[in-house]
Amino acid sequence: MLDIRIPMGVMFTVLGVILSGYGLVPNAELYARHSLGINMNLWWGLVLLAFGLAMLWLARRAKTVSGTVFGETVSGHEKHSPENGS
Amino acid sequence: MHSVALHHVDWVILAVYVVFVLGIGWVLKRYMKTSTDFFLSGRSIPAWIAALAFVSANLGANEVMGMAASGAKYGMMTCHFYWLGAVAAMVFVGVFMMPFYYGSKARSVPEYLKLRFDEKTRGFNALSFAVMTVFQSGISMAVLASLMETVLDWPFTVSLWVSAVVVLVYIFLGGLTSAIYNEVLQFFLIVLGFLPLVLLGLADVGWWDGLVAKLNAVATSEGYKAGAWTSVWANMDATANNPMHVEWVGMVLGLGFVLAFGYWCTDFLVVQRAMAAESMSAARRVPVLATIPKILIPAIVIVPGMIALVAKPHAGVFDLKQDSPETIAGAKLAAPRWGLVPPKLEEVTQDVGGLPTKVKQFKRDAQGNLERDYNKTVPMLLIQYFPTGLLGLGLTALMASFMSGMAGNVTAFNTVWTYDIYQSYIAPNRSDQHYLWMGRMATVFGVVISIGTAYVAARFDNIMDFIQLVFGFVNAPLFATFLLGMFWKRATGHGAFFGLLAGTGASALHTAITGPTGHWLAQVQKYGSDMAQNFWMAIFSWTTCFVVTIVVSLATTQKKPDEELRGLVYSLTPRTGGDEHLAWYARPGYLAVIMLAVTIVLNVIFW
Repeated sequence: MLDIRIPMGVMFTVLGVILSGYGLVPNAELYARHSLGINMNLWWGLVLLAFGLAMLWLARRAKTVSGTVFGETVSGHEKHSPENGS
Repeated sequence: MHSVALHHVDWVILAVYVVFVLGIGWVLKRYMKTSTDFFLSGRSIPAWIAALAFVSANLGANEVMGMAASGAKYGMMTCHFYWLGAVAAMVFVGVFMMPFYYGSKARSVPEYLKLRFDEKTRGFNALSFAVMTVFQSGISMAVLASLMETVLDWPFTVSLWVSAVVVLVYIFLGGLTSAIYNEVLQFFLIVLGFLPLVLLGLADVGWWDGLVAKLNAVATSEGYKAGAWTSVWANMDATANNPMHVEWVGMVLGLGFVLAFGYWCTDFLVVQRAMAAESMSAARRVPVLATIPKILIPAIVIVPGMIALVAKPHAGVFDLKQDSPETIAGAKLAAPRWGLVPPKLEEVTQDVGGLPTKVKQFKRDAQGNLERDYNKTVPMLLIQYFPTGLLGLGLTALMASFMSGMAGNVTAFNTVWTYDIYQSYIAPNRSDQHYLWMGRMATVFGVVISIGTAYVAARFDNIMDFIQLVFGFVNAPLFATFLLGMFWKRATGHGAFFGLLAGTGASALHTAITGPTGHWLAQVQKYGSDMAQNFWMAIFSWTTCFVVTIVVSLATTQKKPDEELRGLVYSLTPRTGGDEHLAWYARPGYLAVIMLAVTIVLNVIFW
């Protein structure tokens, strides 16, 4: 089954690159008019990038360590047993 | 209103998002082998994913746009939807009700009613829920399309069909699993898309203290005490003391109890995501885990609304280009007093040089004052604070929120239609593959019906008020039915059915004889606001259902023997263990208590 952290990680990394890339182009007037003079494209782009990479890192770690969040089992399709009620 | 030009980078961001959500649907298609896979994700979703989907499905267009609008209109009291209503209800459904939903092996909420009560109760719920859920879906879409029209000059029709098709495709392909996974993605996108808005907005108004000071000025100029927009409880002693015109009794019972529990405990849109969990323990944990993001969401949806009321518009934001001469003069009037919330416009037919022509003018109330268009709060904030680039992200985050809400409705609809209406009444005993096919067809016509409903929904103004109205009609009585069904074994099928009928009837009657909305028959009482009216309708409706269910149950015989009710009623179900091996913070009961305590603290901080 798909680990959602992977496509999420990739998507946010891509978005982060796009946004911070755009922010590297100087445009002081634009930022003065909207975001109080701060180059939010660059800064927030880096935030998205960091988030995306963090997601990918978590996905990788889950795979290698086979760790889980909150002690649930790694999801599989056939898990029908009486004690978990399904 | 300032019309925004989107540049390539904004489109690219939106395109990236669309590609990913469709791609996820495509990848998951091969896992959709049985109807259980399609409608219930094969009951295999890990708790944290289901929990985020649980919150995200609820965080649709109505939430994001509506909460911001309410934040501007009513201030911090809007937080009650989260800190009074949602958390207690979510904790209750997780700890006390999931054992019955999950343990009964019911595939939907109406199916639980069939197992517990009888066929007619199931039918009533299935039909009313199916109608309500496509209505909600239509409302979400109407909000999206209006926004796109306002901000991007996209025709209403185009936005509607584009967003509908994307959701339709990814659900058609990957069923509930696709909806859930995309909801997780959408959740993070919404948070990351709106957080910069909050940060920039707060910086602009002088951070929290500056915001409070400015809101106090608004409150006193409107004739209230200083804290009317910034206190959660302090001004609820009387209806005249706060802009929502609700006092604490109506709020606690109407919203806190009836509406919140009615939604979180019985609405299949959210319950479905907990039912998709991989085990009983996970299913109980899902709603409780979901309270963690839930209590934080006011920061990104309500606070922007409050900021919008007092922020000083940047140059060029109110740059009206309409034809009416009044608007040019009026623009200077509107902006300073109301921050970013624009005045409401209406289209009237006037006689211009002998020819009737459609003219846009400001809408005025009975006293000749301009009315504010709160629904435009979010687009105005985006226009003000987001430069090109970030604007693309903000709009994509909005699209994501609309799609997550709509996906919630569509998956709930296709399941209830296929199992509770089609399989039960139209074509029983067909193969599983046939029902899987039907589920896909239901996805298609469910979306098509929603589109039609969107045109209807586009007529109403404060959307949150309308949503609560619709909820109340159907949801308020429903929670009484479930409460009695799960905790009182003597409740019978006849009792449940007639209780529901009576409760729904009471909702309709209350709306028919009170104002400000409805009052089709008479106006026995006029409440201070639509919301106040809603809360009281919910209270009367719930009480009617509760009383009628008890009376009729006692008057009829219980047709189901105890063995049949085992696993469906509290007193006949053995207490489940199963979570002793988990760390303390992961056990539903402990986590529930912690979250309730945190919520109480929040209520006190913002008193």
